[in-house]
Amino acid sequence: MSKSIGTSGSLINDPRARAWAFQILAIVVVAALGWYLFNNTQTNLEHRGITSGFAFLEHSAGFGVSQSLIDYNESDSYGRLFLVGLANTLLVSILGIILATVLGFVIGIARLSPNWLVRKLSAIYIETFRNIPPLLQIFFWYFAVLRLVPGPRQSLSFFDALFLNNRGLYVPAPVSADGIVPFLVAVVLAVVASIILARWVKVRRDKTGRGFPLLLTSIVLLIALPGLAALIFGAPFHWTVPELKGFNFQGGWVVIPELFALLVALSVYTAAFIAETVRSGIQSVSHGQTEAANSLGLKPSRTLRMVIIPQSMRVIIPPLTSQYLNLTKNSSLAAGIGYPDMVSLFAGTVLNQTGQAIETIAITMSVYLVISLSISLLMNVYNKRMALRER
Amino acid sequence: MSTHTFKPDLPPPNRSIGAWAWMRANLFSSVFNTLLTLLALYLVWLLVPPMIKWAFLDATFRGTERSDCTPGGACWVFIKMRFGQFMYGFYPPELRWRVDLTLLLAIVGTVPLFIKAMPRKAIYGIAFLIIYPVVAWVLLHGGVLGLDAVPTSRWGGLTLTLVIASVGIAGALPLGIFLALGRRSEMPAVRVLCVTFIEFWRGIPLITVLFMSSVMLPLFLPEGMSFDKLLRALIGVILFQSAYIAEVVRGGLQAIPKGQYEAASAMGLGYWRAMGLVILPQALKLVIPGIVNTFIALFKDTSLVIIIGLFDLLNSLHQATVDPVWLGMSTEGYVFGALIYWAFCFGMSQYSQRLERRLDTSHRS
Repeated sequence: MSKSIGTSGSLINDPRARAWAFQILAIVVVAALGWYLFNNTQTNLEHRGITSGFAFLEHSAGFGVSQSLIDYNESDSYGRLFLVGLANTLLVSILGIILATVLGFVIGIARLSPNWLVRKLSAIYIETFRNIPPLLQIFFWYFAVLRLVPGPRQSLSFFDALFLNNRGLYVPAPVSADGIVPFLVAVVLAVVASIILARWVKVRRDKTGRGFPLLLTSIVLLIALPGLAALIFGAPFHWTVPELKGFNFQGGWVVIPELFALLVALSVYTAAFIAETVRSGIQSVSHGQTEAANSLGLKPSRTLRMVIIPQSMRVIIPPLTSQYLNLTKNSSLAAGIGYPDMVSLFAGTVLNQTGQAIETIAITMSVYLVISLSISLLMNVYNKRMALRER
Repeated sequence: MSTHTFKPDLPPPNRSIGAWAWMRANLFSSVFNTLLTLLALYLVWLLVPPMIKWAFLDATFRGTERSDCTPGGACWVFIKMRFGQFMYGFYPPELRWRVDLTLLLAIVGTVPLFIKAMPRKAIYGIAFLIIYPVVAWVLLHGGVLGLDAVPTSRWGGLTLTLVIASVGIAGALPLGIFLALGRRSEMPAVRVLCVTFIEFWRGIPLITVLFMSSVMLPLFLPEGMSFDKLLRALIGVILFQSAYIAEVVRGGLQAIPKGQYEAASAMGLGYWRAMGLVILPQALKLVIPGIVNTFIALFKDTSLVIIIGLFDLLNSLHQATVDPVWLGMSTEGYVFGALIYWAFCFGMSQYSQRLERRLDTSHRS
């Protein structure tokens, strides 16, 4: 704001006075609106006989949940139910992010392949799946595809270890055995050793310019140390393979149909966006960089690893995180098919049972807000660190 | 005197032209590439023939009943019989011409905006934006001018999807522009208010917004005042979408060189005139593709209103597939719905890409 010149005294033409007046007015309007809404809500709640507050979180929920990662039964409280929903949301988000990243990178790289057919197929994939609403894709997998799957007795089996039927996907599960503790210690040791090795390699490279096969050594370490531990102290875990007993499968882990449909649809949908992000990131590295690397005598594989990928990651990572956030927010579409995530449990069932509309919605929203805001904060820090230092 | 004549050019070597050479270069350039090609061909062979067989060769197109359909193929009879419901929802069949007319007017009305040589485009555009919603409301809802009233609870199908999407964008655009200006304002209080608003809506999923608008909005209003379910959903959608529009517009505002702001001040223009006459026309032109992309996202997001029980296209499809008479037709239903959504979104994204190329006056160095 420029300072006012002269002492004409007419406050109305003083830009600073006007800015102050405008801001005060804005705050007053917002505050008045807030107070008005608050007042209305108070009266409405009184007339409907709803007591506000979070006391209901202590009450017993009285209904079961089809999938829970933590111990939960019907007599547990709404507070516990919230944790169940939160865990389920996080489960589907994390699994979805992993699957979508793998699929998205493969398709994004295939989009730039010198092979015409592969290039066109990935383009078709991207254009098909990102233009269909995610909820429709979830419905398609849940109501159309999984309905065609037979019952437990005629399960589709893959290598006699994976079984798909209308109650879900049954996968073998590891069960810890005697050797588990030494095995985990060995894994931790291998990771620590790799990190120390990486530091040493970098220091030596900066000093002498000599390279070291770091990746290979780390992989060997990560396989050899735990392997050795397993050989000496016995197997760390054994697998329980699902078996048909009576009317259903026993043993192993079960992926319920809702989770399966949600996971497939969200990963397929988000992968299309991630693929585009990856493509544009790789294309953003100018061709001159490749040529420069070639003229320095770097091998193609090294050019890719040391020149192209580090520069394209700078472009890829910010939109990639926003895709991860989108996937997390889209996991709330679970409400459409009744997967017990936070929204369908809390903003759906709990709200209907208790009538505590404001509290349940506020809790649900604040969880997503916390996730989103903390990731954007991290992103800002990352962007500051990765910003091009121009000279 | 003998003149030198060039011999005609030799044709290029056989191995560098024609289909065979193209295939060598693009499909079989190396061992790895050949393997990839074979793998891709296998994938295509696995997917495409069964799909064509299901959708066309074994499919049933004629008939009026479920029993007319042959098992194994798609039963497009189902789509044919329910087509009216997918397009209009529960809108009374004898009044459907009003929906058609509304859509026709929208198309006829927007055509001049796409003609490059049209004079006074801005004035026409603003007039259209003011007059059309009134006409559309009168036609769709009726109740005046001797038209029978059709309550919004009977609207549905693709009509409702289009209504939510277009009202959503029309409401979110002005609000989003003001929010973007507020976020770039030099007044700290205004800036904080706008940033809080934008980050709040961008941080939560649309589903929670819809839940909020359907259960919390009635609590916020004075006693006895209640309004339509559709309107409540629309308010939620507009508030949600305006935050995204604001971020897109902010990108455009930031892309305008500082010299333009300074030049506008030097001309003696105040804040609103500088924005309205100098900055926004340039900034909005830059972000049209971004706005179209936001609109595509909004169009896909309209499918979420199923959660609060509105009968948009997806919900009409869903209801039709759980109808006992047509049980087991979900695949046909969802494939049909996917095609419609896809056609709209793909068309708009192609348009936005073309626009991006056309508007690219390359200020970039």
